[in-house]
Amino acid sequence: MTTSSAAVLAKQRRAGAYAKLLPLLGPIALFVIWDLVVRAGWIKAILLPTPTATLITLANGLAGGALLTDFLVTLARTLEAFVIAAVIGVPLGVLLGSNERAYRSVEFLIDFFRSTPSSALIPLFLLIFGVSDINKVAIAAFGALLIVLFNSAYGVLNARKQRVMAARVMGASRWQVFKDVLLWESLQATFVGLRSAVSMALVIVIVAEMFIGSENGLGHKIIDAQQVLNVREMYAAILAAGALGYALNVVFILIEKRIVHWSGR
Amino acid sequence: MNSVVNPPLQQIAAETAFMPGPPGTHITIRGLTKYFAGWPLYENFNLDIPKHKIVSVFGPNGCGKSTLINMIAGLIPIDAGEILFDGKSLADTKIGYVFQNYREAMFPWLRTIDNIAYPLKLEGKSKTEIRRRVDELVSSFDVKFDLQRYPYELSGGQQQTASIMRALAPGPEVLFLDEPFSALDFEMTLFIREKLQEVFMQTGTTMVLVSHDLEEAVYLADDILLLSKRPTHVADIVRYDDARPRTVATLSQASFIAAKKHSLEIFQREVRREVTTQPPRPA
Repeated sequence: MTTSSAAVLAKQRRAGAYAKLLPLLGPIALFVIWDLVVRAGWIKAILLPTPTATLITLANGLAGGALLTDFLVTLARTLEAFVIAAVIGVPLGVLLGSNERAYRSVEFLIDFFRSTPSSALIPLFLLIFGVSDINKVAIAAFGALLIVLFNSAYGVLNARKQRVMAARVMGASRWQVFKDVLLWESLQATFVGLRSAVSMALVIVIVAEMFIGSENGLGHKIIDAQQVLNVREMYAAILAAGALGYALNVVFILIEKRIVHWSGR
Repeated sequence: MNSVVNPPLQQIAAETAFMPGPPGTHITIRGLTKYFAGWPLYENFNLDIPKHKIVSVFGPNGCGKSTLINMIAGLIPIDAGEILFDGKSLADTKIGYVFQNYREAMFPWLRTIDNIAYPLKLEGKSKTEIRRRVDELVSSFDVKFDLQRYPYELSGGQQQTASIMRALAPGPEVLFLDEPFSALDFEMTLFIREKLQEVFMQTGTTMVLVSHDLEEAVYLADDILLLSKRPTHVADIVRYDDARPRTVATLSQASFIAAKKHSLEIFQREVRREVTTQPPRPA
């Protein structure tokens, strides 16, 4: 009896340990297939380096090489754009959301420009800001801003009516309902917006670095390496951009879990 | 045609002269009118709710039991009529409200203790006053769970207990309860029922309770307010005046059974009654 239950427990523990390794399976499979494809010569080595070579280039680059500078420049631009979007977008979104008429009157504009690919506006921003660093940040901030604005506004519009009623029945004024209930209710949606916004900012910054004359940044690095067919550098930069996007997302999920601790409960 | 079925609302208000209720009345409702999508739910509805009593509201599905207390509590606007609390308006009256769905009534971003203290904060009470009042509630409710936790970390019964404590914190003149037990298991229902009875015996707070369980409605009540089908009017008010504290033994007492049976008969009579008013046809 006890031995069998011990065996069951041990089995469950082993299953739990395996389950933790599951997320590694996909990446490992990808690298194995990638390696095989290169070794078998299905894709020319001039177009696709081996994964090991790419990872070494990536590691060397990030350990103080030129890639690190590009990585940090892109990160800085993304965060600048994001901060601008958040500082303007959250208060404005919450304000619009708490006044449904105001929101309805600008809803079309927000939805329209939210649906317009921000990269389509790059030439317009070039006219306004010229070929400058500010331009890249400005257009990324613009794209991210609309996402933040939209999500924060909807967070307030869709606040649980009963919590608002509960506050009102306790004698809360309009302002108190706003700051004690609506603002908190909107946080969940706001964080969804912030998380999408930081991803959007990264996308636009990289595109802008590629096509608006730039001397640095991951986008510049990728297109530069491609031009001279330095595929190792190109793939390393692509992986670096992917890692950056992934890390930003993870950081935001962690912050969100801490702040909006009640989410989904 | 339409104006006959749907008389202008001002006319109703003008026709109704304000009549105060009998002595001991707390809430007077006069000429209350509420339409939903062109349908009269309440039309020229009058009611006196007595002070220091528990009134249970019971009636057929869709007759607007919750709507009635929501209108009295100011959560739903009324189309016409007047509701006074001891002659005062709602704005000058402190009320407490307990929602059926405690999950969407508590603020999950506040710890449970801060949820309970919230109405006191709104009143601008000092920290010491708030702590004293919360301690008072904790001891009178004999709270055994950790109030430092967030509401979503508590069981349903604990959350509803906390939301009743929140409603009682400022010492309301009237406590409204909208089916407070219907989302709870039986054990918790019994527990909170007893707590409510204790609170009532201590404070004598006027309570208006909406219930869909006749036994519970009678058990807690001094008056059982039986409503008709819509357009809703008072079918009857059944008095049940067994002394408190009522216990499990009360449930098998002849007086309790009689009050429950009488209420059930009226309820069934109302459910069977044909609806007399047809929905207005488009003119």
